[in-house]
Amino acid sequence: MNTDSPSKPIPVSRSERDPKGGFHAHYRRLWLYSVCVTAFVSLTPLVIFTWVNFYQYRKALREEVIHPISRLASISRRFMDDFLEERRAALTYVARRESYEDLCDREKLSRTLMDMKESFGGFVDLGVIDSDGNQRSYAGPYELEGLNYKEQDWFEEVCVRGIHVSDVFRGYRNLPHFVVAVRQHDIENGNFYIVRATIDAEVLNSYISSLDLKPSSDVFLINRKGVLQTASRHNGAVLDQCPMAVPPFSSRTEVLETAGEKGEPGILAYAYIEHSPFIFVVLKHPEHVMESWLLVRSNILWFLGTSIVLIVVVILWSSTALVNRIRDADHRHDNTLHAIAYTNKMASIGRMAAGVAHEINNPLAIINENAGLLKDLVSIDDKPLERDRLLRMAEKVIRSVVRCSSITHRLLGFAKRMDPAIERFALGPLLEEILSFFGKETEYRRIAVNFDVPEDLPMVESDLGQLQQVFLNILSNAFAAVAEGGQVDISVEAVDENMVTVRIHDNGVGIPEEHIDHIFEPFFSTKGEYGTGLGLSITYGIVENLEGRIAVQSTVGEGTTFTVLLPIAMRR
Amino acid sequence: MKQLKILLVDDEEDLTSTMVERLGLRDFQVEAATSGIDALKRVSEGDFDVLVLDVKMPGIGGLQVMAEIKRQHLDLPVILLTGHGSAADAERGMKEGASDYLMKPIDIDTLVEKIRNAVQS
Repeated sequence: MNTDSPSKPIPVSRSERDPKGGFHAHYRRLWLYSVCVTAFVSLTPLVIFTWVNFYQYRKALREEVIHPISRLASISRRFMDDFLEERRAALTYVARRESYEDLCDREKLSRTLMDMKESFGGFVDLGVIDSDGNQRSYAGPYELEGLNYKEQDWFEEVCVRGIHVSDVFRGYRNLPHFVVAVRQHDIENGNFYIVRATIDAEVLNSYISSLDLKPSSDVFLINRKGVLQTASRHNGAVLDQCPMAVPPFSSRTEVLETAGEKGEPGILAYAYIEHSPFIFVVLKHPEHVMESWLLVRSNILWFLGTSIVLIVVVILWSSTALVNRIRDADHRHDNTLHAIAYTNKMASIGRMAAGVAHEINNPLAIINENAGLLKDLVSIDDKPLERDRLLRMAEKVIRSVVRCSSITHRLLGFAKRMDPAIERFALGPLLEEILSFFGKETEYRRIAVNFDVPEDLPMVESDLGQLQQVFLNILSNAFAAVAEGGQVDISVEAVDENMVTVRIHDNGVGIPEEHIDHIFEPFFSTKGEYGTGLGLSITYGIVENLEGRIAVQSTVGEGTTFTVLLPIAMRR
Repeated sequence: MKQLKILLVDDEEDLTSTMVERLGLRDFQVEAATSGIDALKRVSEGDFDVLVLDVKMPGIGGLQVMAEIKRQHLDLPVILLTGHGSAADAERGMKEGASDYLMKPIDIDTLVEKIRNAVQS
């Protein structure tokens, strides 16, 4: 018994598959699979790594941009706080040091203004206003004595809060300036008065100019209504309305991301100046914020793109080389298997040849005897030749020649189908042809053969030559397994409109259970030196290759059934 | 010289009928049987000098017929006829008591000689 495992089929020839699709599509799919899997495995970590780096760089660069801006806003805020506090403290000091009468003395007030200008800078004028809002005294470049401020908002604020810092405005002077006023109680009469100083807004501009900012940065002051208190590089002149929205109040320095005209990110840092209407603003223009980032991004994308191209090229090259090698190996494998199948078929023919020689000997013997008889009649018997007797002899010779001819034709018909070819044929005649090789054996060994093939069995589209090999192998095993007087049953039936099944049952010795799992394995044989162990292995490979299935059931002492399921038409 | 009586056994009727004629021309009395059972029946009924027996026959083969004859202690020389494929069977038959054997296609003169040798021995 030759045998092959369902888990290890041997395809007889992959190259026998449909050349229009199956064969090439198989390697195309293999190549595509190799490319996809390799690309996924190698590119995924690269993309993830690059993506993580991308965002880490971005975060780091953002911190790098934000930090100096935030620091500048904080320092400037402290400067502004100190600047205003210094002026307020100077005014408070003057108001406390000098008596109300001295302050109302214009000459003394002028000297005080001179001292303050020299000591602090920025002061333009100095005035004293009584509790009724009347300008009691004034030192400075304008004539403001006698003016009444009682109805003005700042006067009410300083009365209530004790201090007032105004927005920058042009006023009578038509120059940007702002006012600082402090309230002072007159101890002698229990009333109060206000010391009010005007400060040139240019000191604020001077401070901003001294920051020596890069062109990408814009630093300015706005008031709570968004009016520019100092000139801005990109947002307008002093007292213009700043186009940006007033940032929300915060007692601390805040940093915001803003969007540029095209949606690109910019950085805004701001700080509300305590006890004043001023908001210190630092703007980093989006284009400059992105400058470093764009460079890094460009480098990262270049690295990623180059890596991907390089990897893809290597993957394509290696996958192509790999699949080519597999195809070559398969081709060699197919050729080897085809050679094995060929050898197996030739071996089958060789085994049959012995039987055929014996089978052909009988008609040859008849021919020989009739020729001998003719010679005898001519040379030994003196009687005249009878016409009927001669005719009988000739008929015997002709019958024997026909027998010989049918035997040789049958053998040649079996041997010539060695090349793969898909064709339509009927299974019944095929099985009958193979059975005919066992005709004499069944006769001599009194083996009963039951052959059941329905008349309406559809024709199949398959490889006739390979199926000859399949059924010859199975039937050889069946006839070898049965004892004299045994039985071999062959039945064919259509399972459905797509499949037919061929069952070959013998009541022979059966296959031991421990051998059943191995009978389709290559080189598994129970025939010892008389078997190659390839018969059923090749049979299994052929059936698989023809898109069929083969199964075996066996009981020791009862017999064996091989079931071959075949498609009526092959898909490829 | 006594005319020898021969039983020729072969399942090929075309062969036996021709051989019967040829051996008849050579002064033998020949009967033919086409199966092993028929041969055993004829042997038990008739008085044959030689049995010419084909090895491969459907049903009871030549070796079985010979074994049965030996079992019945019938002193009957047996010449086996065989094809090339069953030469081993013929050799086995020689060991089991056959007088001689011949390969098919046979030479009639050789067969005649072997028949005479078998009778004489």
